Amino acid sequence: MADALVQQFADTIRAAADAKRPLRICGGGSKSFYGNPVTGEDLQVTAYRGIVSYEPTELVITARAGTPLAEIETAMRERGQMLGFEPPHFGGGATLGGCIAAGLSGPRRASAGSVRDFVLGVRLLDGRGTDLAFGGQVMKNVAGYDVSRLITGSLGTLGVILEVSLKALPLPPAELTLCREQSRSDAIATMNAWAGQPLPITGTCHVQKRLYVRLAGAASAVKAAANKIGGEEVGNAAEFWRNVRDQQDVFFSGVRPTWRISLQSTAAELDLSGPQLVEWGGALRWLKSDDDAMSVREAARKADGHATLFRRGATDINAFHPLPEAMMRLHRRVKQAMDPVGILNPGRMYSEW
Amino acid sequence: MNAPVHAIPVDYERQRAVCAALRAFMPEHSVLFEREDVTPYECDGLTAYRQVPMVVALPDNEEQVCAILEVCHALQVPVVARGAGTGLSGGALPMGNGVLLSLSKLMKIIAIDKESRTARVQPGVRNLAISEAAAPFGLYYAPDPSSQIACSIGGNVAENSGGVHCLKYGLTVHNILKLRVATIEGDIIELGGGGLDAAGYDLLALMTGSEGLLGVVTEITVKLLPRPESAQVVLAAFDDVGAAGQAVANVIAAGIIPAGMEMMDQAATLAVEPFVNAGYPTDAAGILLVESDGTHEEVADEIRRIEDIMTQSGAHIVRSSQDESERLKLWAGRKAAFPAVGRLSPDYYCMDGTIPRKRLAEVLRGIAAMEKKYDLRCANVFHAGDGNLHPLILYDANDADQLKRAEDFGAEILKLCVDVGGTITGEHGVGVEKIDSMCMQFKSAELEIFHALKHAFDEPGLLNPGKAVPTLHRCAEFGRMHVHAGTEKFPDIPRF
Ligand SMILES: Cc1cc2nc3c(=O)[nH]c(=O)nc-3n(C[C@H](O)[C@H](O)[C@H](O)COP(=O)(O)OP(=O)(O)OC[C@H]3O[C@@H](n4cnc5c(N)ncnc54)[C@H](O)[C@@H]3O)c2cc1C
Repeated sequence: MADALVQQFADTIRAAADAKRPLRICGGGSKSFYGNPVTGEDLQVTAYRGIVSYEPTELVITARAGTPLAEIETAMRERGQMLGFEPPHFGGGATLGGCIAAGLSGPRRASAGSVRDFVLGVRLLDGRGTDLAFGGQVMKNVAGYDVSRLITGSLGTLGVILEVSLKALPLPPAELTLCREQSRSDAIATMNAWAGQPLPITGTCHVQKRLYVRLAGAASAVKAAANKIGGEEVGNAAEFWRNVRDQQDVFFSGVRPTWRISLQSTAAELDLSGPQLVEWGGALRWLKSDDDAMSVREAARKADGHATLFRRGATDINAFHPLPEAMMRLHRRVKQAMDPVGILNPGRMYSEW
Repeated sequence: MNAPVHAIPVDYERQRAVCAALRAFMPEHSVLFEREDVTPYECDGLTAYRQVPMVVALPDNEEQVCAILEVCHALQVPVVARGAGTGLSGGALPMGNGVLLSLSKLMKIIAIDKESRTARVQPGVRNLAISEAAAPFGLYYAPDPSSQIACSIGGNVAENSGGVHCLKYGLTVHNILKLRVATIEGDIIELGGGGLDAAGYDLLALMTGSEGLLGVVTEITVKLLPRPESAQVVLAAFDDVGAAGQAVANVIAAGIIPAGMEMMDQAATLAVEPFVNAGYPTDAAGILLVESDGTHEEVADEIRRIEDIMTQSGAHIVRSSQDESERLKLWAGRKAAFPAVGRLSPDYYCMDGTIPRKRLAEVLRGIAAMEKKYDLRCANVFHAGDGNLHPLILYDANDADQLKRAEDFGAEILKLCVDVGGTITGEHGVGVEKIDSMCMQFKSAELEIFHALKHAFDEPGLLNPGKAVPTLHRCAEFGRMHVHAGTEKFPDIPRF
């Protein structure tokens, strides 16, 4: 069954390549708002699903791309483990393939690492329908170029992801979230100061004049850190962090475009209008703003970062920060190496390819 | 390890042309070509391969790196980048008709930013020098290869080096934020950025571990971490390496990710103990070093649990470091394992496979059988937490037959690693050494993607050509030999 499906995907890709007909790769559709729109024939991959192998003592899980993230997380939780990068779901249908292709990480990112940090190997079909495997199921592997990490976050423009192996992390025995009133600029300073100390912090968020910090680890360590940091304990902490992760927090409601600004954690207040939500120790700033794209991107660039128009509304502005000419040339060549005819999700990342 | 016995004759006319072009913008003493001046660069840490470069260029800054590449591009001369030359796979092996680009003079720590916990450094900076410079701020750079007093951060990026603490803190790729890279055309590109991600493809990850084939790294921004409040290490001794392997799995099953979890077999402890006096029990079949770091509370908690797991897993000695000097002494033995084993025999050949941990006992049994088959001794050092095995094969390079047996022994170990679901290299890279083993790990379609990516970065194919990724033709040849390997001995394959 699984083999027949892969065969079918490969045939579809080959036929599309022969006819130079673009394909729109579809997973659960939970992140269809992300990136630029693609026109093409749908290639639905959710049927290719299921956990292929999971060995908690090897810290590795391998699953097919169509597997719902929720299914993976449940299986891991049963064995006392988790996906360390805390992937956003943005709704019920999120799949592993979409998670890897989008390359988005949640609140734990600043302390535990990003999606690509946890990717150990991928199996994919390239733009010619060739079945390829890179990386593997072991923690350390430097044989060949690191294509599995290149694929992560490439939004389906380099290949159709079939299977992914990820490193697993143990669930922390204890967790506690504290909260205090603080202005945004003070909160950014506080977050950076904390990060310079050996504290078991696994999440920070500043929203509506309140700074939230999540501590996790051995119960004794969490308690000691809580005493050191201070603040009031948050009761419904799991729900709070899930709402931040999945953008269900009221901050994200409303019609104004949502900008995702990734920059130096210490960057000062951005001179932009509209409310902000700060995460990742200051390195990620969400902005609800009607400011024009040029100003937002210029502000991000000044802080050595980049700005993504995350939720766009009706606009033809490119979702992603423009690349310097030399980088754009290189991207085009990398795209050509994996998808020579240019049929996989063309334009989803940059309109040029 | 079939060292080239015939030196490639120097093309003097080409040498003169290259030197003249380089001297147009570099001082005379930074362009070497006399035999005695270039000979020190003839090999890296894999000394069985040697080749004298046509020219050695020693740039002082990034502009010179770019200009050198521009010259090589224009004259179609291959370029091999070199950091400290501690690589163990021949990645920095020069080419007889090429330029060896040494980054050793680019050794400035440009800036350390306490607030953002980052350091901007030039590629020639030694790994340990970064942590030393960050120490006054209570910060350090986490990846700590055993060669850290000597190896360069540029080499670390090119090999995606790990260390004894990478199970918890990650490899080089997890600890860098931004690179400046000179392309073969002599242009500078920036990969990554000031934040935790960048727009476009993750070329930062692709560049890391690319062994100098895609570009020359000229500046690195690394992440610095706060020094843990406390650290302690448990030493556990076992009568059976299988039981030690199980103990490792039991630690993970208990939900602990130790800061380090290393195993050494008896051959390794026997070599290390007289050399370092680390206090290892040399009568044990294998020892484990398991480190916990973090807050005082965390460490006290975790060490207690680790000790219990070791005892329950059958360790006959379980001892924890009582102070910092004892902790460092226990690690000193592990970090000196390679040179210590090196004292036992004229030469040693360090292998670097990674395996799923559960296959450890089986792989060690396989290696023991190979010791008999090839009539050579082998000591095993193992980054047990992440399954990265370093068998150290003892041999004498002056004995051609021993050299040959060591090479075949090594190749068979790598084959075993691939067969049990692992990989031919965990952290030392492919270089020239494991280029044939790449044919066992990858299908031709995958190798073609590697070549296509190389072409995307380096169209003329001048950056470290012939390393890391074998040609399909070479694999076809290798496959043919492999089929015959049972019946007829490996012919001595010329490697260049
Ligand atoms: C005793 C000993 C112990 C070791 N222990 C470990 C260990 O624990 N973990 C581990 O991972 N490795 C270990 N190594 C291997 C080695 O130290 C690492 O691979 C190291 O990263 C190499 O750095 P280098 O500066 O010496 O690089 P070199 O050997 O000079 O070069 C290595 C490769 O990188 C390329 N390169 C160098 N600089 C650049 C640059 N600026 N831009 C582009 N390409 C470049 C070269 O072309 C070559 O392919 C050990 C080696 C020894 C001798």
